[in-house]
Amino acid sequence: MIRLENLTKVFETPNGPVVAADDVNMEVPEGEICILLGPSGCGKTTALKMINRLIPLTSGKIYIDGKDTSTLNDVELRRNIGYVIQQIGLFPNMTIEENICVVPKLLGWDTERAKKRAAELLDLVALDPKLFLKRYPKELSGGQQQRVGVIRALAADPPVMLMDEPFGAIDPINREVIQDEFLKMQSELKKTIMFVSHDIDEAVKMGDKIAIFRAGKIEQYDSPDVVLAHPANEFIADFVGADRTLKRLRLVTAKQVCDADAPAVSRHGRAKDAHAMIREHGTHVAVVLDADHHPVGYVTEDMVEGASGLVHEFARALPATVPARADLRAVVSEMFAHDTMWLACTDDSGRYVGVITQPAVTGALGETYRRAGKAA
Amino acid sequence: MAAPAAMQKPRLGTRVVPWIALAAGILIGTSGLIDQIGAYWEDITYLSQGHMVLVAASGGAAILTGIPVGIWLSRPSMERSAETVMQVFNIGTTIPTLAVIALSMTILGIGFAPAFFGLFVASLLPIVRNTYAGLLAVPAHLKEAAHGMGMTPAQILFRVEIPNALYVIFSGVRTALAINVGTTPLAFLIGGGGLGELIFTGIDLMDTGMLLAGAVPVAMLAVLVDFLMGQAQLHLVPKGVNPLR
Ligand SMILES: Nc1ncnc2c1ncn2[C@@H]1O[C@H](COP(=O)(O)OP(=O)(O)O)[C@@H](O)[C@H]1O
Ligand SMILES: [Mg+2]
Repeated sequence: MIRLENLTKVFETPNGPVVAADDVNMEVPEGEICILLGPSGCGKTTALKMINRLIPLTSGKIYIDGKDTSTLNDVELRRNIGYVIQQIGLFPNMTIEENICVVPKLLGWDTERAKKRAAELLDLVALDPKLFLKRYPKELSGGQQQRVGVIRALAADPPVMLMDEPFGAIDPINREVIQDEFLKMQSELKKTIMFVSHDIDEAVKMGDKIAIFRAGKIEQYDSPDVVLAHPANEFIADFVGADRTLKRLRLVTAKQVCDADAPAVSRHGRAKDAHAMIREHGTHVAVVLDADHHPVGYVTEDMVEGASGLVHEFARALPATVPARADLRAVVSEMFAHDTMWLACTDDSGRYVGVITQPAVTGALGETYRRAGKAA
Repeated sequence: MAAPAAMQKPRLGTRVVPWIALAAGILIGTSGLIDQIGAYWEDITYLSQGHMVLVAASGGAAILTGIPVGIWLSRPSMERSAETVMQVFNIGTTIPTLAVIALSMTILGIGFAPAFFGLFVASLLPIVRNTYAGLLAVPAHLKEAAHGMGMTPAQILFRVEIPNALYVIFSGVRTALAINVGTTPLAFLIGGGGLGELIFTGIDLMDTGMLLAGAVPVAMLAVLVDFLMGQAQLHLVPKGVNPLR
């Protein structure tokens, strides 16, 4: 857990004092990622660097796991906080192994243990230790270097990580991949993370909470969904963008919205039964499944109206299916691409999970407003 | 900026001249001159000793002083004064080495001491300049990463800054030693001894054999020192920051 209390930083410059952090109060619960978000120069980096004391604070208190960090020695404090910067900062004179072992060595680990840890961490980000341990940073691609930058910060297994635009220098495609990898790692490691970003999409994707900064002050500190659905003021509404509701699509997975009780019938079932089932649910369609429970087609109410015979004689092919863990943005995109109001969802092995419809998607997005309306 | 200038390799002349001299030496060896040079064998061995002592002492002292001074000037606490000091040093570099030797004599008289001091000063400048520029050229984000990971200032200096500046520092030492070896024969002029005695006396007496008896070992020493420095630079600078590897 990280807690900032009345954190203030004033830089004395030749042009007068600059207030880079203005009475910042916030708390990042254990195991969560908090994104510090805001336009350039709003004080995100300053707030972050005060935590590991690369920047001395003017006033206020910082607690890590309940402990006032001002009682700790600078160097000890930093060795117990993972730190990742945008420029990655791998030491070019050291091999990848040596780079990863820097903090373990500073902490006095024995060499064998540190080396084992380095290999383990490379495995974690899908870089073959045999290939990479002895390489130098310049022999790695940008994306590979960035992964090493992240695992280097994890080397001594610090409970807290500070990340300053860690994926800012990577091309957009690689960035998505590394973000996904990192989230997967975090779901197991459960570090408490402060993560600076200026990119609302990244913030929405990576953050459990988002703190939006403006001129050294926190303007709003909420979950991504609340920030997008209920921006606290004009500035935030502008910053998150006019398409903020569309951005919320990324926060919900198909699984959360899909209807698992929607009618589904076997290919070899009787058309008459299918018709009865559709009428009972009032949905107009039923998904047709094969023997392995994979969705293979659909029948509409009209197609099996008064029909006799088996379902597969009437079924039409499905235009597409979506994985249940896909976010709603991908689902809606797929719906638009195939000009359809609904899609069948599948689990990771391709088995049928349920049906997701456009009204269900809009319903899910609108819910927060209806709740707010009721409360008002 | 001082950095790119400091990183330049020694001028073409300082690299090529010794080779030409060596080739000439071989040419001489195949002609009859070898016997004429051989006549000075005893002088050569005796004067070579003094010559090498002068090179080793002044070069070594320049390295041992220049690198710490360069490090000291590159520390953040020196930020304000370092540039001024470097300006003075840069002006110093433009003074011809012969003038440095002469000035040294006006202060310290004649003998080993002024020769040592003159050579020391002439070799010091490139070492200080390259150490300073090389350390300043280490990217700020590397220092920040090191700092943020919990290295102490001394650990940052020895594990990050110096290894990353080492190639540039080595280039400075190599330039300095080339200047040193090339200037040492002048030490004779102020009573510092060395192989310059054979060269200058040979010139005065128009005795080619004597002249070459001084010039050939000097040329060979220059080639050898440059070769050793090249090898050291190749093998001692970490692979990740060594453009030669
Ligand atoms: N060392 C410094 N000296 C003076 N002003 C600074 C210094 N570092 C940052 N600032 C100022 O503090 C403000 C916040 O900077 P920073 O935290 O780097 O912003 P961000 O990371 O959000 O882009 C800016 O106005 C910047 O100019
Ligand atoms: Mg910043």
